[in-house]
Amino acid sequence: MRERGQRQVFCGLAGIVWLHRKIQDAFFLVVGSRTCAHLLQSAAGVMIFAEPRFATAILHERDLAGLADCNQELDRIVAELLGRRPDIGTLFLVGSCPSEVIKLDLAKAAERLSAAYHGRVRILDYSASGLETTFTQGEDACLRALVPELPSLPDGARSLLVVGTLPDVVEDQFARLFAELGISPVHFLPPRHTSAFPPLGSGTLVLLAQPFVGDTARACQARGARILQAPYPFGVEGTLAWLRAAAQAWGIDEEVVTAVTAPAITRAERGLAHHRSELAGKRISFLPDSQLEIPLARFLQRECGMTLVEVGTPFLDRQLMAQELDLLPDSVRLSEGQDLERQLDRLRADQPDLTVCGLGLANPLEAEGLRTKWSIELVFSPVHGFDQAADLAELFARPLRRGALLRV
Amino acid sequence: MQLTLWTYEGPPHIGAMRVAASLDGVHLVLHAPQGDTYADLLFTMIARSERRPPVTYTTFQARELGGDTAELVKASVSDAYERFKPQVLMVGEACTAELIQDQPGALARGMGLPIPVLSLELPAYARKECWGANETFYQLVRGLLRAQVPEAGRKPAPRPAGQRPRANLLGPTALGFRCRDDVIEVRQLLAAIGVDVHVVAPLGASAQDLLRIPEADFNVCLYPETADQTCDWLERMFGMPTVKTVPIGIGATRDFLDEVGRVTGIDVAHAKAPNSSRMPWYSRSVDSTYLTGKRVFIFGDATHAVAAARICAEELGFTIVGLGTYAREFARDVRECARRYGVDPLITDDYLEVEARAAQLQPELMLGTQMERHIAKRLGVPCAVISAPVHVQDFPARYAPQMGFEGANVIFDTWVHPLMMGLEEHLITMFREDFEFHDAATPSHLGSGAGRDRPSAIETGPTVTPAEASHSDIRWAAEAEQELKKIPFFVRGKARRNTERFAEEQGIQTITVETLYDAKAHFGR
Repeated sequence: MRERGQRQVFCGLAGIVWLHRKIQDAFFLVVGSRTCAHLLQSAAGVMIFAEPRFATAILHERDLAGLADCNQELDRIVAELLGRRPDIGTLFLVGSCPSEVIKLDLAKAAERLSAAYHGRVRILDYSASGLETTFTQGEDACLRALVPELPSLPDGARSLLVVGTLPDVVEDQFARLFAELGISPVHFLPPRHTSAFPPLGSGTLVLLAQPFVGDTARACQARGARILQAPYPFGVEGTLAWLRAAAQAWGIDEEVVTAVTAPAITRAERGLAHHRSELAGKRISFLPDSQLEIPLARFLQRECGMTLVEVGTPFLDRQLMAQELDLLPDSVRLSEGQDLERQLDRLRADQPDLTVCGLGLANPLEAEGLRTKWSIELVFSPVHGFDQAADLAELFARPLRRGALLRV
Repeated sequence: MQLTLWTYEGPPHIGAMRVAASLDGVHLVLHAPQGDTYADLLFTMIARSERRPPVTYTTFQARELGGDTAELVKASVSDAYERFKPQVLMVGEACTAELIQDQPGALARGMGLPIPVLSLELPAYARKECWGANETFYQLVRGLLRAQVPEAGRKPAPRPAGQRPRANLLGPTALGFRCRDDVIEVRQLLAAIGVDVHVVAPLGASAQDLLRIPEADFNVCLYPETADQTCDWLERMFGMPTVKTVPIGIGATRDFLDEVGRVTGIDVAHAKAPNSSRMPWYSRSVDSTYLTGKRVFIFGDATHAVAAARICAEELGFTIVGLGTYAREFARDVRECARRYGVDPLITDDYLEVEARAAQLQPELMLGTQMERHIAKRLGVPCAVISAPVHVQDFPARYAPQMGFEGANVIFDTWVHPLMMGLEEHLITMFREDFEFHDAATPSHLGSGAGRDRPSAIETGPTVTPAEASHSDIRWAAEAEQELKKIPFFVRGKARRNTERFAEEQGIQTITVETLYDAKAHFGR
């Protein structure tokens, strides 16, 4: 089912909230309106920052008058910013709806500024406007902008590149697993520091850790890398299949995979058992948010025994989601895009036990008597891999448990 | 362009949303790109509202820009009308829609809906959130009441004998700082002197309630930032007097009651003794003596900043070293107030400018917004929040007004809390090498966790302020530097600056222990 109408989703700018924590020497300068600045601080402002790593260059009336002036203004602002923060290694100029509508050429600006600050700061651009990107697609656009910057992998060499932001602890776990499997070197995109860019070339195998990095994957492909088809590493089944895809491509025996993964799988299944009893048989609906919906629905249905009512996703890349779709039951109602009020009508008619939705809807739905799991947390929490499988299940079990606990 | 780390106000359409979300039966259609629905979570998460704000967004995307976004507006308007059946529909644009100029207000008015349709002009690149709320409320009240305006020159009928005077409370909105409890407190204040509250608006009012506004005897402008235009218009058109004193602080609350007394002809003397507030006694009790002369920097919206200044100076005995506001529309009040307390007013919406001023002034306490908490963290200065913008922790479950006598109690606790307690302050000054109670440790009543950021903040904060860079030609002798460290950390920045200023004035190149004490004698503290 494809729908169009009012959409209750974040724009790509929201990606900055986690990207600025992951890439520690990067700074994100949004070129936009007061609305963009307000979005960022509403999302991240509850943390108190001594030194924030994102900011907005707010357009004023006189900037809308002429474009040449805008470029000078931008140069002035970047100079001010770099003067204040000499520790910035990479500066992202982030496009927004207003900057796109007035056709301010940030790519040109990035090029010009890169030349001016050559050797000191790398200046890149990407668009995270609501016109073009939905929530996690902002990360895709950011990583896509990094791809041309990656050094070349020498011909004949091979490497594995894991694409998509992972919490540091999960990244370390995967690095250990790949080492035990005998896969090396393994690099991650985005890197923790922009001074350590991973190489990319025809010997690179790309494994996607997140389902929303399609454009980045295709950009890697354009530089000769090969994309490995796999489900996404959520739960035991997803993680095993994901690792296996890399191992097979690397030419590693199935027995090695089994031997390496067995202890972690046993552990994960023991952890999952705690939550399965709470989740099994419960009906769940997903409203569109992050493109994580389909892999998570697969995990909850196959490993936790939940019943899927509706799985909504903002955008469905059938090619990158092929392996996941194969694992979903035919009965599931799959929706792409959104017409908010109609979707809420369906939700009220369905009355699922748990609804995964954004924060704009969660409390109002709770007040109507529906239990909700707010979806943004799934992007902020360590949820990938074997050792987080139980944590992931717990994120969904917790609101149900809380609903049963409270007597007020 | 303006480099903005943090913005004090949202765009004007957020102000329009605050008015819509305060009211019943009023729906807002916003022409805005996908993503601007983030604003819903200000209401559902930060203010923890149980209902979605009554706002329909057109959420256009890039692919629709080529096509007919005007059709999208029309479809959104008719869907919103059909589904929500509002009594009044407001139509406005967010910043991106302003650029593509679909004239959504005019489109909606041409659709022949059987309800009042109000078109909002919200210039997103020139104005901000409070202006948007003020304007929206004014346009709404004007639009609904225009038909009721009496002929020029006709005096309002006098109040019938025996009927208690009635007041409208105008200005409280959704997402306003402590509006919920201020309304309760002011209602009690007025009840105590025999005044009834007629309509509270916009917070909690319906479209019908707005129509009843002229029935009251006078208006109380609780929050000028959101209601002064409306009050002025009602005064001009309906001859309704406006009570303008904002009752934040003991003195202001007494003045407020006086003003209500004057407007209504009621004797309010019996209600003015602050018997229901413990704040005057707490502030006079000897425990508070150490608060005398604490150097405080105040920043916020104009109403709360001016109120805070009076409380600091007259009711807590602090010294005001800085006072400012981000609300340019109300800058005059703050300038006047700053003059009264002999400080340089800071009128800016530039966070970086506020940060620079705070670093230069080295206050011992900052009273500000959520944004000043960032600055205070960087400078290692205690901080309390007095004004919007605020985050979720300042929409508390408990009763927490700022206005009236209970408001003064809340303010006393909140502002004193972040300061180090008297005994601890004394002991830290006397014994400098204690492993637990030392300079870099957080006041012990604030717990251990709160202090983790402190040492780094102290290293990067005061030592690199621009003010000090300019004195770099003056050298500190090693033993003078040592002696400086014996001064308690919360006044050390000030002592350093004063000593350097003194040295400069006296033409001293190297600051010795002697210079330090000479400067101390020269400046007093």
